[in-house]
Amino acid sequence: MPTLTRWLIKTALVYFVASLLIGVLLAARDAFGLSPALAALMPVYFHLLMVGWVTQLIFGVAFWMFPRYSKEMPRGREGLAWAMYASLNAGLLLRALSEPMHAATTAPFWAGVLVVSALLKWSAGLMFVANMWKRIREK
Amino acid sequence: MPRLSVLLIRTALVYFAVGFTLGCLMLVEKAVRIDPVLWRFFDAHVEFLLVGWTVQLAMGVAFWMLPRFEGGTSRGNEPAAWTAFFLVNAGVLLAGLGSFLGLPQAVSLVGRLCEAGAALAFAVHAWPRIRPSPA
Repeated sequence: MPTLTRWLIKTALVYFVASLLIGVLLAARDAFGLSPALAALMPVYFHLLMVGWVTQLIFGVAFWMFPRYSKEMPRGREGLAWAMYASLNAGLLLRALSEPMHAATTAPFWAGVLVVSALLKWSAGLMFVANMWKRIREK
Repeated sequence: MPRLSVLLIRTALVYFAVGFTLGCLMLVEKAVRIDPVLWRFFDAHVEFLLVGWTVQLAMGVAFWMLPRFEGGTSRGNEPAAWTAFFLVNAGVLLAGLGSFLGLPQAVSLVGRLCEAGAALAFAVHAWPRIRPSPA
């Protein structure tokens, strides 16, 4: 298993646990009448689960198992793939921090961080597509 | 990789790129209030990423990797899998774009029916392939 795949899948596992713990917190909010401000964690919960866990796990397995690009570059441009990993996770972490803070304070600083997080995640997605596209081909 | 898997996975990648782009636009809108009309993309964002990307990718990989028949030369009922490909994409477009374009609710309903039909067609294809490996 390539090094990047191990990083992607282990990071995905961390998001899996973290997102479901946030799910517990959201359920506890309803059950015990905790602060309504915790509702701002709902989109964070969903995106950590679906992007941090499911999508990142897919990225890891696809990088490892999909047909090889060439003999010289079996998994495509590895530098681009590492940049995708960094961008995706920086974007996710910044979002997890800034989305609830933006909801709570509406301070311009957190709005700016939220925009940066959106752009990082988006660019990670495009980097993944760019690197995988030519590996998806008929034998 | 068989042609149908290439089509399913590349189409899934297109939905992924479009769905991620819509999500990025809505998140930026949330932060800096560009234009609330962007939130009309919400249903398309969810539909493209959950069904167009995740589900379709799984179908593509399953069609490629599940055990084959006749010494590895046949994937069985391929027309059922092709039907699933066409139905799932019709469904995602109808269910995802119906609300954005302000189309009647019946359009989304037809989209969901197409998606359910795709699931049925894919199950018909894949069911016999789920079996023990030959000794």
